[in-house]
Amino acid sequence: MNPSRRTSRWTSRGAVHALLLIAALYSVLPLVWLFSSSTKNVGDFSTTSAFELGDVNLIGNLRDLFAEEDGVFLLWVRNSLLYAGLGAVLGALICAACGYAIAKLDFPGRRALFAVTLTGVLVPTTALALPLYLMASELRVVDTFWAVFIPLLTNPFGVYLARAYAEAAVPDEVLEASRMDGAGELRTFFTIALPMMRPGVVTVLLFQFVGIWNNFFLPLVMLTDPDLFPMTLGLFQWSSRVGQFPQYNPLVITGSLLAVVPLVIAFVVLQRQWRSGLATGSVK
Amino acid sequence: MTVVAPEAETGRPTGASPGPARPPRRRSRLAPLVLAAPFALLLIGTVLVPIAYALYLSLFTERLSGLGFDGPHDVFVWLGNYADVLGDPAFRESVGNVAVYALVHVPLMLGAALALALLLDGATVRLRQVWTLAVFLPYAVPGVIAGLIWAYLYSPSIGPLNDALPWDPLGSDGALPSIVNMATWQWTGYNMIIFYTALRTVPREVLEASTVDGAGPIRTALAVKVPMIRPTLFVALVFTVIGSLQLFTEPLVLRSFSSSVTSTWTPSLYVYEAAFISNDYGRAAAASLLLALASALLSALVMRLSTRRSR
Repeated sequence: MNPSRRTSRWTSRGAVHALLLIAALYSVLPLVWLFSSSTKNVGDFSTTSAFELGDVNLIGNLRDLFAEEDGVFLLWVRNSLLYAGLGAVLGALICAACGYAIAKLDFPGRRALFAVTLTGVLVPTTALALPLYLMASELRVVDTFWAVFIPLLTNPFGVYLARAYAEAAVPDEVLEASRMDGAGELRTFFTIALPMMRPGVVTVLLFQFVGIWNNFFLPLVMLTDPDLFPMTLGLFQWSSRVGQFPQYNPLVITGSLLAVVPLVIAFVVLQRQWRSGLATGSVK
Repeated sequence: MTVVAPEAETGRPTGASPGPARPPRRRSRLAPLVLAAPFALLLIGTVLVPIAYALYLSLFTERLSGLGFDGPHDVFVWLGNYADVLGDPAFRESVGNVAVYALVHVPLMLGAALALALLLDGATVRLRQVWTLAVFLPYAVPGVIAGLIWAYLYSPSIGPLNDALPWDPLGSDGALPSIVNMATWQWTGYNMIIFYTALRTVPREVLEASTVDGAGPIRTALAVKVPMIRPTLFVALVFTVIGSLQLFTEPLVLRSFSSSVTSTWTPSLYVYEAAFISNDYGRAAAASLLLALASALLSALVMRLSTRRSR
């Protein structure tokens, strides 16, 4: 190998890493800013430069955050956990059951259900929010927990993925053997198929958790009672006041940090799960 | 021979046709429905029925009758609401804004995601996990929070960008690039991971063959790898286009920080304004359905292009 070729390979290797570094910095620096800003008090916030640390005041900011409006922020945290946690567990189970049924079982309307599911994937959630609101107000359930919780359980893309996972991970012979052993279909699903689909189901669960946690338009449309707000809506409401009341700035920023940290940790800890789950899903 | 299951095991889900000699196939008739029903009911109750209801509402408008002493009542106006929406300059402006936004954001974000995925797929990259995770992290940030972080970074005297950029990111010309940046920041990593996982499934023999034929890494990437993951690229394109049409959160958040984003800046904001500020449900329903129809048509168009191209 001649030396000039080797140098060009060295430089291209450096260029590749430089580009990746730029992309990584672009992605991570705003989060670093969020962290460094949430440690500042109101005074330092506008006087110190963006990434410079002022007097470290994170504990004080957290105390202010949870004391504001009689601790409404804690309610928002609880609500977000309820909407996203319960919704993701229940939603992923519903997706897995339906995806499995479409992939592996025969029932009347199977094709039609899958066709409508695929169409459902393409219906934009913002276009749905207003119809949902109009229906909820007809049923007089606007401004309740259920008005936000139930629509967010519907995850057509999750069914689409679960079907792909069931097809890839659950061999027909295993199901046949289970039936031979006398297990009913429901039992076969819960004890045999569901464990085999686990990486896929965990992926659906994680992404549905993120989807609900990050959802904003539906709660914005459905809820007026601050006690039912998820964190995103509550923080948005506070942020709309910062123009007049700059003292909301540290609350919004510290609250934002708390809204981001759990998801970042979940994605880092569950890396292996969702990477393999996405791999199976993207092939199909 | 077929082992017939004890009734206690098999009868429970169906509850039908007792008798131990039942053929095994029959017991599975109800179970699939039980498994599929929860989702089917959700799909009907939270997607199909609301759309049908909105369709119905979009044909009515509230009017005062006579001298107005009876209060407002609903009048059937055929497609009048649709005509109002399409004739409204504010709506047409919002469509224009989203069109320009999509024309910039979609190629920029997907191009960056594909380029990064191809870089990661190259043989010489170290610390692959670190890069993918770092670029992916913004996906975990709620749209509202992402909007807030960037809005602060754009703000004069708070964030560094206002001084560093030659234009005002919160000014009238700056709103569009500012919003494009927010969305690009959030979605590049997610699509990069999707593309990267698809690239890993390209058979290594194909790549070796290309190298043996004398193609360099860039040539291999563009002529061999990209065509092989075309289905994945088109699916991502469909989702990105649909997402772009829905643009709502980022401009709404920016409205608290910048006066250059109007209350009807995107079609979704227009719907929100019509429903909750003007309280004109008929017009809001019509605009919602036009938005849904536009995304259905656009995604059908993209899918059509993808099948035609691959033939």
